[in-house]
Amino acid sequence: MKNWTKLFSLLLFGILLNTSVSAQDELLDLLNEKEEPVTNYTIATFKNTRLISGHSVETNGQRVLQFLIGHRFGRINSGWRDLYGIDNATIRLGFDYGLTDNINIGFGRSSFQKTYDGLIKWKFLRQKSGEENFPFTATWVSNIYMLANEWANPDRENYFSSRLTYHHSLLIARKFNDWLSIQLMPTTVHRNLVATQFDNNTVYSMGTGTSIKLNGSLRFNVEYYYLFPDQISSLLGGEEIKNALSLGIDLETGGHVFQLHFTNSRGMTEKYLIGETTGSWADGGIHFGFNVSRVFNVRKKEKK
Amino acid sequence: MKKLIIAFLFVGLSTTVVGQKYLTQSGTIKFFSTTPIEDIEAVNNQVSSVINMENGEMAFTLLMKAFTFEKALMQEHFNEKYVESDKYPKASLKGTIQDFNKSQISGEFVDFIVKGTLKIHGVSADITITARLKRSGEKIIGTSTFKIALADYKISVPSAVQDNIEKEIEVMVNMEYEKLD
Repeated sequence: MKNWTKLFSLLLFGILLNTSVSAQDELLDLLNEKEEPVTNYTIATFKNTRLISGHSVETNGQRVLQFLIGHRFGRINSGWRDLYGIDNATIRLGFDYGLTDNINIGFGRSSFQKTYDGLIKWKFLRQKSGEENFPFTATWVSNIYMLANEWANPDRENYFSSRLTYHHSLLIARKFNDWLSIQLMPTTVHRNLVATQFDNNTVYSMGTGTSIKLNGSLRFNVEYYYLFPDQISSLLGGEEIKNALSLGIDLETGGHVFQLHFTNSRGMTEKYLIGETTGSWADGGIHFGFNVSRVFNVRKKEKK
Repeated sequence: MKKLIIAFLFVGLSTTVVGQKYLTQSGTIKFFSTTPIEDIEAVNNQVSSVINMENGEMAFTLLMKAFTFEKALMQEHFNEKYVESDKYPKASLKGTIQDFNKSQISGEFVDFIVKGTLKIHGVSADITITARLKRSGEKIIGTSTFKIALADYKISVPSAVQDNIEKEIEVMVNMEYEKLD
């Protein structure tokens, strides 16, 4: 009988202890039961609107102005006299602006070939989970380029339209988990003027990229544009056209993103990545470069 | 004997089920960080909370992603880097109003001490805050302002932006409870 009372008091004590804890848990459970399912939009698939030199699916939010400074030094194999490429820098300055959270316009100028470019970018599908599900984010980018350098052949009749090049990309990206994002970017570039009749005006490429999160502020990125064969046969500067491969890191510090990378492409837009990349990774024909991105909030969002 | 134990079990359970509860699913929680470099403010208008008026027990729950910021990038960094909303989507609080008696609640605000456990970023920490409650028609209004230390919830701030974010964040709570039938 003694055992019984012991057991009983123990049980009673247990129940009392339980109720005092579980009453609050019960209130939490009540709240959880009442909860309505929500759609969870995937964020931060990439750190920047540019993966390395080309676009990522990311767009700036509404009324956010992004100032982009891109720098590519000369080739590392250019030797000590040029300080391994440091002497031969090209630069692109640009602004991207968020008309809405999903539609951006942009403008830029590259010192290489004195090119002006204007772009429109639309994130038209978003990866989401929860109540509504969708497996990837998709963004369309269209860009027009105008070369403002002197005509290569001033003696013949030159047309303004010959200065223009266009590119269109469909970017499809999925953030698989907290640390891995992968992007596909089928891209076409149309050049109004090409070197010879053996070069296609419109060339097609498949790009692929990935971003691996190392910690909250640091990522490792790879970007590769594969040019389908037999589209360009003439040489550029005495060198064959190659596929563009870039490796880099992102370092984010609040409003800034610093991107440091090695790439075999000298230009900082798709026009150069696809069809004008001549550096060879095997021979050290690679460029060190960086992008600095800073965002400004042009007007405060109205408070709800 | 067994029957007696079972009977006690039921009594124990049922007392917690029955009771006068007040609920809201559209409460507001704001938080602020003010430094010479920048001000950060976020607001969440979809906070759920319930109070048991019989014994002063209360609970809160909210989705971290429902906090909206002035700057889109701040919101992204908050969710991605600081509170890791994909891993820890919710914050919750369970607590008890100390020395509570529902007759104390009148048309004027009365201060109470609430002791409980606050869970943010997957980390639970004990917390004691001052809350004010009053009755307004059929509703119960509750407000509170308190500070929480980021370190208590293992929310780490990279050294590069350490001066941009306060170590202790001010939190403002504003709830309008309606009686739960």
